[in-house]
Amino acid sequence: MSEIFGVPIQAFMGQLMLGLVNGSFYAMLSLGLAVIFGMLNIINFAHGALYMMGAMFAWMGLNYFGIGYWWSLLLAPLAVGAAGIVIERSMLQWLYKLDHLYGLLLTFGLALILEGIFRDQYGVSGQPYSIPEEFVGAYNLGFMFLPKYRAWVILASLAVCFATWFFIEKTPLGAYLRAATENPRLTQAFGINVPLMVMLTYGFGVALAGFAGVLAAPAMQVSPLMGSNLIIVVFAVVVIGGMGSILGSIVTGLGLGVIEGMTKVFWPEASATVVFVIMAIVLLVRPAGLFGREK
Amino acid sequence: MSRQLVGYAILLALMLVAPAVVYPVLVMKILCFALFACAFNLLIGYTGLLSFGHAVFLGTAGYVAGHSIKVWGFPPELGLIAAALAAAGLGWVIGSLAIRRSGIYFAMITLALAQMMYFFFLQAPFTGGEDGLQDVPRGKLLGVIDLANDYNLYYFVLAIFVFAFWLIHRTIHSPFGQVLKAIRENEARAISLGYDVAKYKLLAFVLSAGLAGLAGATKTLVFRFATLTDAHWHTSGEVVLMTLLGGMGTVFGPVVGAATIVTLQNELADKVGSLVTVIMGAIFVVCVLVFRRGIVGELDALYKRMTGAR
Repeated sequence: MSEIFGVPIQAFMGQLMLGLVNGSFYAMLSLGLAVIFGMLNIINFAHGALYMMGAMFAWMGLNYFGIGYWWSLLLAPLAVGAAGIVIERSMLQWLYKLDHLYGLLLTFGLALILEGIFRDQYGVSGQPYSIPEEFVGAYNLGFMFLPKYRAWVILASLAVCFATWFFIEKTPLGAYLRAATENPRLTQAFGINVPLMVMLTYGFGVALAGFAGVLAAPAMQVSPLMGSNLIIVVFAVVVIGGMGSILGSIVTGLGLGVIEGMTKVFWPEASATVVFVIMAIVLLVRPAGLFGREK
Repeated sequence: MSRQLVGYAILLALMLVAPAVVYPVLVMKILCFALFACAFNLLIGYTGLLSFGHAVFLGTAGYVAGHSIKVWGFPPELGLIAAALAAAGLGWVIGSLAIRRSGIYFAMITLALAQMMYFFFLQAPFTGGEDGLQDVPRGKLLGVIDLANDYNLYYFVLAIFVFAFWLIHRTIHSPFGQVLKAIRENEARAISLGYDVAKYKLLAFVLSAGLAGLAGATKTLVFRFATLTDAHWHTSGEVVLMTLLGGMGTVFGPVVGAATIVTLQNELADKVGSLVTVIMGAIFVVCVLVFRRGIVGELDALYKRMTGAR
C-alpha cells in the first residue's frame, strides 16, 4: 500500500477531493458575496440561508412534485434568485444610503427567519437526497477511486465560477456592472439603469448560492442548518481573500477547502478551526486580505 | 441633573422590591442580559464597532467561572473576577486582530474568531461538550452570605449590575468616552487630531469584553451551569437585537431591549417552539427598516419634540 507522509494514498486523495468539493462551495458562495458586496455594499448574511433554500427546494421538488435533479439545478436557483429580487426590492433598496452595518443586520434577520421557518417544518435532522443515477459509482484512477458525483461538483462549480468571471470581466454588460460598482451615479448619468442592475446583481448572487445548494444536496444531507454553519466559514474565506477580485475569491475558496481537507488527514481535531486560524494569520501579515485592496 | 438622579433612585427602588412581585430568577436573567447588552452597546453605540461575536465573551466567562468555582473550589466573588479577567484577556486577543480591519470586515472577523472559540469549546475537555458544565455550586459570598438562596443572589446580582452600569455610565461621560464618540462620528478626524485610534478602539473592546464576561459569569452563577449556547453565534445575534431594539447609543436602550427580548422568549418558548427564531428575525427586519432608533431612541426623540428641543 503506497503512502504519502505516512497516510495511505487512498485516504489522502479522498480527503483532497473532499476538500476540493468543500472548496467549490466556498468559492461559489464567496464569489456571490463579493459580487453583491461590490454592487450593493451589503454583506449578505442571508447567503447561507439562501444556499440552504436551494438545497431544500431541490429536495421539496423531488419529493412533492417529482422534479428531478437536472431540472432542480435549473429551477431552484431561479426560484432562489426570484426570492432574492423580492428581498432586494422590498427591503434592501431602502438601506443603500445608510451605514453598511444595517444591511448586515437586516440580512441576519432574514437568515433567522428563513432558517426558523424551514426548521419548524422539517426539524434539524438532515434529509437524504440521492445522487442522480448518472453519477452513481466512481472512476477507478488506478491509485484511487474518484466518486463521480464529487468530480461533477468540482467541474460544475469551476465552470460556473469561470462563467461568472468571464461575464463580469469580458462582456459589455459586465463592463457596465463594473462601472456601476466603481461609480453608480456617473454610470446612471450615462443612461444605464443602475437600480435594475443592482436588483439583478443581488438576484444573480443569491441564485449562485441556490445553485451551490442544489449541488450540495446529494453530496451532504439537506438540513435547515446547513447554511448557517457554512456562512461563517465563508465569511472567514472572504476576509482572507479580500473582496477585491473575482478570481481571488475563487482561488481562495478552493485553496482553503483543500487546506481544510488536508488538516482533516493530519490533525483531525483542528479541521474545524484551521480556516479561522489562517484568517488570524492573514490579518496579522496582510490585513487587506490576499487579493484585497485597502479602501 | 437632580431630576436624573431622582429617576435613577426610583429605578433602583423598583429593582430592590422587584423580587417580591416577579420571579427573581427571571429578573436575574434579564439583569445578566441587560449587562451583556450594555457592554455590547459600549462598542456599537459609542465607538461604532459592530462586534458580531460577543457571545464568545459571555460563553468563555461562563466556563471560566463554572470551572474555577466547581473544580478549583474558588469562592463565587473570585470566580467572577477571574472570569471577567479571562474574557477581557480574550477580548484583547480578538480585539487586536479585529481592529486591523474596520466596518463590515470587523463584524465578519469577530464572528469568525468567535466561531473558532466555539469549536474549541465544543472539543475541549473541561466544557463538557454538548452537555455543558453542570451543577456549578453558587457557594457563599465572602464566605458568609449563602447564595443558594434566590433572594440573596438577587441582591448580589443587582449590585453587580449597578456597579457595571455605573462603570459604563462613567466611561461614556469621561473624556475617554468622548474620544470614542469622536471615533464613531469621524474616524479620520480623530486620527488627524492626534488620537491613537487603534489604542482607543482596543481599550473599548477589552472593556466591553470584560463586562460581557462579568455578565456571562453571573449568568453561570444564577443558572448553575454554563453551556455552548452562550458561546453560539445565535447569542451574538441576540445581543445585537436587544441593543438595536432598545436603542443603540442610548444609556437605557440595551436594558429595555434585553428586558423585552428575554421576557418575550420566556413567554413564547412553550407556545410557538422553534418559531421563536422566526419572530426574532422578524423583529430584526422591522427594527432595521423602520425603527432604527429603537424604543428608547424613539421615546427620547418624542420627548425632545414635545418639550420643543433645545
